[in-house]
Amino acid sequence: MSAPFSGQASPVSVLALKDVLLVTLQGELHDGMAEQLQQDITERIANNKVTGVVIDISGVEIIDSFLGRVLAEIASITELLAARTVLCGMRPAVAITLVELGLSLPGLTTALDVDRAMELLARTAPAAPPGSEGRS
Amino acid sequence: MSEQDAAQEAAEWVGAFLTRRREQIAQRWADATLFRTVFTLSRDESVEACKTVIDALATVATSGRLDDITAPAFGTVRDQLGRMAASRAWTGSSSAQIADEVADLREPVTSVLREEVTDQSDAAAQDSLLALTVLMGTLRLVIMETTLMAGEELIERQRQQLMEVATPVISLWENIVAVPLIGTLDSARSQVVMESLLDAIVAQRARYAILDITGVPTVDSLVAQHLMKTVAAARLMGAECIVSGIRPAIAQTIVQLGIDLSSVITRATLADALAYALGQQGVEFSSGPATGAGTR
Repeated sequence: MSAPFSGQASPVSVLALKDVLLVTLQGELHDGMAEQLQQDITERIANNKVTGVVIDISGVEIIDSFLGRVLAEIASITELLAARTVLCGMRPAVAITLVELGLSLPGLTTALDVDRAMELLARTAPAAPPGSEGRS
Repeated sequence: MSEQDAAQEAAEWVGAFLTRRREQIAQRWADATLFRTVFTLSRDESVEACKTVIDALATVATSGRLDDITAPAFGTVRDQLGRMAASRAWTGSSSAQIADEVADLREPVTSVLREEVTDQSDAAAQDSLLALTVLMGTLRLVIMETTLMAGEELIERQRQQLMEVATPVISLWENIVAVPLIGTLDSARSQVVMESLLDAIVAQRARYAILDITGVPTVDSLVAQHLMKTVAAARLMGAECIVSGIRPAIAQTIVQLGIDLSSVITRATLADALAYALGQQGVEFSSGPATGAGTR
């Protein structure tokens, strides 16, 4: 499991924007890759000062039950490490499929696109200095 | 063998008879209810239509396939009479009425035949009368089939229209879309609602989606399940869903059925739902100015 993403172009990119990790998923994700991603994110949150994770799945056409579970787990893990995960960019067809499968991912915070997700994280930033709330 | 030959002969005779007396039969048919009610404008047109049908019948008779509704010659009849029957169906005639009207076409033809055949007891005459009756029966079947098919097409088209018309997604405010649901929610319709709602959420970058069920007559567990699915799908897209328009009777039914809607934000009216969505976005609105013409 510790092997890096195998040779070919990875469908996953992880960017650090200040204290937010922007994870972009593209195309089809193998089970191994999803697990690898989970481990990767966990380590980066633990080692760096990360307060939020944005997972952009606008390029993903299929989410199966395994990937759904991995995403939910990533959210729980980041929560444990005092960071927040926002899932964004889900396509309508994917949403319908997930709901029909009975996977409504109840624990996950969702947003329409990366922009909204960033906004959401900024608005609900933990440990914000007192008195600065309100204004969105 | 000889019986078959006799039948074939009778059929051919009927074909020849129909061609021979074409004009006469057409004139009589033009006065029958079926033709008269369709071709209200001109009688000539009606006669022309009758002739087309008679020609087709003559072809069928000559080919000897009297009771075969798939006979190629019936194609013309289908075209001609089918269109007429369909137009009768459109104006609200029942299938039985149309069948009767088609049955009325038999009388004029047989009477023409009787005029021609002087010796009624002749076996050949009996055979040709029988053949003619069979032919007219087949004609009736063909027309009934066409009528039913036209009816089915109508139903299908209307269902499609209903599907499209009944699910508009309305942009209520910046970031807020609403779907007023009207009529019974079945799986097919809730699928359409879900798709158009999700597309609208993406297109209008909506944060709030209001599902108004004022026009839904009853809510049972199946409808509730469809609602919950739509709400869950909208949430996955990053929009918050509000279900509004829950009438007192429906609220009671939902609780009595033990349907758990606690994960869904609900409001009594569309106005309440809009107020909630606006409030969540920090839009402030003052309580109604009493000054009449307001400034916007």
